[in-house]
Amino acid sequence: MSNLLRAGMAAALVLSSPLCARAHEGHDHGAAAATATAPAEALSVARGFTRATRPGAPVAGGFMVITNATGRDDRLVGARSPAAGVTQLHEMAMAEGVMRMRELAQGLPIPAGATVALRPGGYHVMFMDLKAPLVEGARIEVTLTFERAGEVTVPLAVLAPDAEDFPGAGE
Amino acid sequence: MGRGAFERILVAAAALAAVAAAVLFLRAPDPEAGAPGRGGYALTATDGSTFTEASLEGHPSAVFFGFTHCPDICPTTLGEIGTWREELGAEARDLRFWFVTVDPERDSVDGLRDYLSWSPGVTGAGGTRAEVDEALAAFRVYARKVPLSDGGYTMDHSSFVMLFDRDGRFVRNIGYREETGSAVAKLRALIGAGAG
Repeated sequence: MSNLLRAGMAAALVLSSPLCARAHEGHDHGAAAATATAPAEALSVARGFTRATRPGAPVAGGFMVITNATGRDDRLVGARSPAAGVTQLHEMAMAEGVMRMRELAQGLPIPAGATVALRPGGYHVMFMDLKAPLVEGARIEVTLTFERAGEVTVPLAVLAPDAEDFPGAGE
Repeated sequence: MGRGAFERILVAAAALAAVAAAVLFLRAPDPEAGAPGRGGYALTATDGSTFTEASLEGHPSAVFFGFTHCPDICPTTLGEIGTWREELGAEARDLRFWFVTVDPERDSVDGLRDYLSWSPGVTGAGGTRAEVDEALAAFRVYARKVPLSDGGYTMDHSSFVMLFDRDGRFVRNIGYREETGSAVAKLRALIGAGAG
């Protein structure tokens, strides 16, 4: 029951995205993720979330799952949000106990047919100079710019400060 | 490779290690000198104290390095520390957690105190760039500024939590996103060692 509810909430979030079409259950997660269906051959963004910021923390990561059903390779090249002064695309990687953060200067390829996850510990939208603290339970908007698909605005739910994934996604 | 050959290699390696250890021991009259966490660093702590090597003595400690402009691993690790403390309950009574900034240019001690106000049991430590660099060297922790296209920067840094026993001796690390059970077991062993 609670899974259904969560899936419903996730679906509602997905549906509110203008370009939303189809949130594939692309990779290793279970059935509870959003599965809104609409015109095929589209680019969709699902399970978008960010995390409540600790006092004084001026940055936050944005996480989501992007599915490219357009049949043509695309690339996420930029992002902006009214919630942040500066928004960039970053990759985090761990090597020998060291966390390394890199700006994705060339953007993030979203190949045809692929589902690309932005998640803690990896790719993320980096919100900097936050205009206000992010409060759990709220939501912010981010506008993603794709090379081919153009601009897509999606809501990100503000989850707990240490949330690892969208509720229900891992169940 | 035959088993005999493998054993001979093992024996040779052990002998070599013993010789190396003996040489190192003879060269270093004080085996504590130069160990992680040892050194002349002195940082300002968010509880008003001064964070020095003596801060690690008399109780088990866990030390983490991070910064407030950190979108992922610092909030994640602070969340994990909260989970460990909950799991350990009263066992964690005299276990002290430290959060040392790697970015003193942007993290004031007051800022750190604010940032850590959601993390009971975690004390922040900061200071000038030079003071922090001395601490990073003493802990053998890696930290480096990485420029960003907007003119700002982020930090690459060591992501583990370093564990120290009651004598301030480095024991081992808890890795980033190490499984909770494993992390709690390490902390429990740390608390149990030399207790009471």
